[in-house]
Amino acid sequence: MNGEPPSASEPVVVAQRLSKVYRVSSGPFAKPAELHAVADVSFTLARGKTLAVVGESGCGKSTLARMITLIEKPTAGSLRLVGQETATASMAETKALRRHVQIVFQDPYGSLNPRHKIGTILTEPLVINTDLGAAERAEQARAMMARVGLRPEHYGRFPHMFSGGQRQRIAIARALMLHPDIVVTDEPVSALDLSIQAQVLNLLMDLQQEFGLAYLFISHALSVVRHVADEVMVMYLGRVVEQGSKETIFAHPRHPYTRALHASTPFVDQALRSRREPVIGEPPSPLDPPSGCGFRTRCRHATERCAMERPELRPINGQLVACHYAETI
Amino acid sequence: MALLEIEDLSVSFVTARGRLRAVDAVTFAVEPGEVLGVVGESGSGKSVSMLALMGLVAAPGEVSARRMQFGGHDLLAIGPRERRRIAGKDMAMIFQEPMTSLNPCFTVGHQIGEAIEVHFGKGRRERRHRTVELLELVGIPAPESRIDSYPHQLSGGMNQRVMIAMALAGNPRLLLADEPTTALDVTVQAQILDLLLKIQRERDMALVLITHDMGVIAETASRVMVMYAGQIVEEQSTQSLLATPRHPYTAALLDALPERSPGAARLPTIPGMVPGLDARPSGCLFHPRCHFADRRCGSEHPELRPVAGSQVRCHYPLGTAEAR
Repeated sequence: MNGEPPSASEPVVVAQRLSKVYRVSSGPFAKPAELHAVADVSFTLARGKTLAVVGESGCGKSTLARMITLIEKPTAGSLRLVGQETATASMAETKALRRHVQIVFQDPYGSLNPRHKIGTILTEPLVINTDLGAAERAEQARAMMARVGLRPEHYGRFPHMFSGGQRQRIAIARALMLHPDIVVTDEPVSALDLSIQAQVLNLLMDLQQEFGLAYLFISHALSVVRHVADEVMVMYLGRVVEQGSKETIFAHPRHPYTRALHASTPFVDQALRSRREPVIGEPPSPLDPPSGCGFRTRCRHATERCAMERPELRPINGQLVACHYAETI
Repeated sequence: MALLEIEDLSVSFVTARGRLRAVDAVTFAVEPGEVLGVVGESGSGKSVSMLALMGLVAAPGEVSARRMQFGGHDLLAIGPRERRRIAGKDMAMIFQEPMTSLNPCFTVGHQIGEAIEVHFGKGRRERRHRTVELLELVGIPAPESRIDSYPHQLSGGMNQRVMIAMALAGNPRLLLADEPTTALDVTVQAQILDLLLKIQRERDMALVLITHDMGVIAETASRVMVMYAGQIVEEQSTQSLLATPRHPYTAALLDALPERSPGAARLPTIPGMVPGLDARPSGCLFHPRCHFADRRCGSEHPELRPVAGSQVRCHYPLGTAEAR
C-alpha cells in the first residue's frame, strides 16, 4: 500500500448529505423528470466495522453503493474516503482512491466474465493498478485463492465450472486483490443456498478481522444483518428513515417502516417474531413519491401532518429516526 | 382419505452422461386442507417432483411412480386428455417468477379468462365478470381497470397476485406453490403469504409450499418434508421438526441460520455442497457432509422409516437411542 495508512480511529468513509438525482426521459417533448434515487444520506464507517444498509427494491441502496465505489458522482453532498475528499480529487487521485474501495455483487453468475479463467480474473486488478510482474501477480492471486478457500488447481478454470458459493468466493478474492480498506457488498449471500450462505458469511467475517476491512453491507435480509452488522441504516424511497447501532435498531425499532420490515420477516424462532402489522400496498414509484413522509401511504399511524411535512432525521435515545410520532407509537 | 397419495415417484433425465435421477423414489401424501412445506436447497428435486405431479416434465425427462392418486383419480391410469382436465383445475400451480410466468403479449384479464375458458367454457361476458371477481379475491385494487393491464404495467407483487388468481380460476383442491415469494420484497412477501393462507383456510384448499426459507416454513406450514439430492430425508410436523430435527441434514440446516447464533462470530456450516446429479455418493447421499457419518453410512443406503413420530432417512437419527 502506498502512502500513509489512515489511523485506526479515523473513519474510512465519511458521507455527508449525499444525494443522487437522475434525469429520466419522460417522452420526446416532455421535460425530463427528476428521480431522487438517494437524498441526504449521512454516515461514517470506521475501519473493521460493518454498516448494514437495509431496504427494499427502489430504496436507493444500490445507488448509494455506486457512489461509495466511485462509479457514480453524487449530485450533492460530500464524500470522504480514507481521509480524502472525493469531489475535489483529480483524475489521478480518483484512480488511486478506487484501489481503496472494492465491491462484491449479488449475482456471482453475472459478475464474473465467463471467457476469463480464474487466474485472469484475479490478476486483472493488479495489471491495471500495479506494476508487478506476471510471476508476482500470479503468486499473489494464488495466495488470495488459498485465503478464500479455493484450491490451487482452480487457477486455470473458467467460472462456469464453479458452483454459486465458489463463484462468490472468487468475487470476494477479486475484491481483495488490491487490499482495499472498504468493501461494499451488495446482497452478497441472497443468491446462495442456506448452507453455502453460512460459509460465505463466515469467510466475510474472517477476512474483516484479518485485513481490518470496513464493510458497507447491503441487504434486505434482517436475520443476516442482525448477524453481521455493527451499525444499521434503514432506507425507504432514497432516504434514511432510521439509523443506529444494531442493538438499538433490533431491540427498539422506532420507525413504523423498520417495524414493518421486522414484522414481515419470517423467523424460525417464535421469540423473534413480532405480531404481524400488516403493511398496506407496495412501495410507491421513486419517480412519483408521496408528499411529506415517503412511507405515509403505507403507514398505519399516518396523519395529515405526515402528508404536509417531511419528518427530519432526529436523534431519539441514541438512534436517528425520521418520524413525527417516533416517541408515541 | 388423503387428497393426494404418491408412492415411489422418480424423475430421471437421459443425457449423454447417462441416466440422471433428479427425483428418487419420493413417497408422500397430502391431506385435504393442510399446508405442507417442502424445504430443500437448489438441486434437491423439490420443484421437479411437483412439476411431475402436474404432468409438466418435458422430454427427455421420464416420470415413473408406483402410485399416483389424486382425489379419487388414478393419475397413472388416465390418459393425457383427462389428466389435463385435472391439472390446472383441481390441482393448480404457481411459480417463483411471476414476470416470466405470464405472457407479456396479453392482458392479465385475457390470461385469467383463458384459464376459465379451458375448464368451464362460458361466454365472454361471464368470463370477464368471473375474472374481476378473482382479481378482487386476490386483493388487486380497482380490478375493473387492472383487468386490461399488461404484466409489465404491474409490479412483481401484483403479477404474483394475478398468477394466484389464475390458479384459483378452477377452484383447485390442491395448490402447489413453488417459491411463490422468493422474487418479492420482504413486505410484499408477507402480504402474499398471508393471502395464500387466507385463501387456503377459506376454501379448505390443500397447499404445498415449496421454499428454501426455513422462516417461511415455520410461519406457514403444519407439516414439513425436507429434501436432499432428490430424496426425502425427513418428514415431521413443523413444530417438532424445528425443536427436534431427527436427520443430521435438517439439524445442520437449522444451525446454519444466522438467527440461531446471535452474537456468535462464526455460523455453524455444512462442509462441501449438494452432490451433482452425476456424482451421487454411495450409501447415504448426505454422508460425505455429515458430522456423524461412519462406514455403514458410506456403504448402506438408509431407508425412510418411522422414528419417534417422524419419518427419517438415517441410520442414526438424532435424539434417539440409535444416535451416535
